[in-house]
Amino acid sequence: MIRLVADQSAQIRRAAEVRFSFDGADIIGHAGENLAAALLRAGCLILRNAPHDDTPRGAFCCMGLCQECVVRIDGQVVEACRSEVAEGLIVERAG
Amino acid sequence: MRDVFDIAILGAGPAGGNAALASVQQGLRTVLLDEQPSAGGQVWRARSASILAAPETPESRAGAHLRSKLSTSDITYLKDARVWQIAREGDIWQLQVLSGGQSDAVEANALILATGAREFVQPVPGWTTPGVIGLAGATALFKQNLTLPGRRTVVSGTGPLLFYVASEIRRLGGEVAAVVTPNTRADWLRALPALAGKPRLLGRGALWIADLMLARVPIYWGHAVTEVLGHDAVSDVKIARLDAEWAPQKHVATIGADSLCLGNGLIPQIEPAQMLGVPIHYDAALGGWVPDVSPDGVTTIASLYLCGDGTGIRGANAAALQGRLVGLRVAADLGRNTQQARTAAQRAWRRAACFGRSMTVLSVARPGLQAVTSEDTIICRCESITRRQLLEEIDKGAASANAVKSGLRVGMGPCGGKFCQTAIAALIAKSRGRDVSTVAPPTARPPLRPVPLGAAAGSFDYDDLPIPKPAPL
Repeated sequence: MIRLVADQSAQIRRAAEVRFSFDGADIIGHAGENLAAALLRAGCLILRNAPHDDTPRGAFCCMGLCQECVVRIDGQVVEACRSEVAEGLIVERAG
Repeated sequence: MRDVFDIAILGAGPAGGNAALASVQQGLRTVLLDEQPSAGGQVWRARSASILAAPETPESRAGAHLRSKLSTSDITYLKDARVWQIAREGDIWQLQVLSGGQSDAVEANALILATGAREFVQPVPGWTTPGVIGLAGATALFKQNLTLPGRRTVVSGTGPLLFYVASEIRRLGGEVAAVVTPNTRADWLRALPALAGKPRLLGRGALWIADLMLARVPIYWGHAVTEVLGHDAVSDVKIARLDAEWAPQKHVATIGADSLCLGNGLIPQIEPAQMLGVPIHYDAALGGWVPDVSPDGVTTIASLYLCGDGTGIRGANAAALQGRLVGLRVAADLGRNTQQARTAAQRAWRRAACFGRSMTVLSVARPGLQAVTSEDTIICRCESITRRQLLEEIDKGAASANAVKSGLRVGMGPCGGKFCQTAIAALIAKSRGRDVSTVAPPTARPPLRPVPLGAAAGSFDYDDLPIPKPAPL
């Protein structure tokens, strides 16, 4: 089929794979990859549950404002969409 | 004594980046602060380090151009730097900056706010489901990570951003289940005269739409998403036809998808300006509440300047031109002669701003769209507060954004009201039979961004707490 917007996904080269964990599960990402994106690509959509009604939440604004994607790294609550993946990184749920 | 810069610029997007370049070229000691890992703002967001190679786009080229100019300049550029408080100490602006878990002060004689925009999403049932992301949020995923929101995505919203997102999903190898937009073909025809002056953009847009049609992706003009189905993940998206005021009329289709990109235009991020006392007014054609500011960035507050989408949504080109203009204006106020350059910059900005405005008009939600928010829909995502709870509070007498905030805590959660206040103001206006231009946003207060208590306290020691003398009896 003729495409006017070519599928360029095959031309994307990503950095070496690294292993990190989220909520105890092993996840494969790429060195330097944005954490929210890596979790999304791994199919980890639920990053936390809302404090008042327990509804599942995931990355929403993707620009560091909405606080829906917050996770815990080294004891600090950080936005996944403003964090980077590295080998051995331990990411825990914040809520 | 601490180092005081001539000028501090908050936000390294097209506006802030170009303001910094203009001011440093005039020999001013310039500090540029941005909360992201690279300059470029949202529209020219840089790729993450995990992308070793990828095809270029007009946006990636524009961003790379700005970043290369910034990196070869004498600008002090602070990345990953979150400004959470701004205050005037005598004649000096003092910014509290959170970076790497530590808070430090940055000081400057003049301050330019180039805080850009965020997205407005009219809440629909199920919009908190993981897999639903903002339309502008999706562009951040594409630009920084070349990552798709899911395997099969419904793309819904207003204005030109919609077709950009749908096209990027296809370019990055994803599937677009459907494109759903409240805009009609007639709305777009009315924007044609403005687009005619931008043949390259017009061509790009036409190509995106033609590609979707060739791929037989359904485009629902004059429709909106009314519900997202699925609990832990998106399973389906329901859509309805809209009337002329964008109120949903008839359920039309339930579309199977694992993700949804949803957005109803951009709104200026005015909170820092508002907090510093700049008066604001309502202008729907600029995205809502905007600060009172001259084209060259001058406000009622001495040595405080504004530029870019934070002064009204006019798009990246206008923002870049205005950034340069405002940088030159600050330089003039600090004693440099920039008159000639400013005249040319202002003329170029006016043309770009006129086009940007016509795109904003297409993007702004009409009042009827509020009806996609059902009684039980969460409006305040942070505190899980529904439309019903908000209506009860309004019925009890809360007639302003501040009153609703005091009563229900909406806007006091972690996001600070950034994703609920526009919908709440519209709800107050509708319930009270008033125009939305009479419902001002709540008072802006620090912190401008979430800040850990320890970092905010800094090296403060409890024993140093000054204890005032007891009052005489």
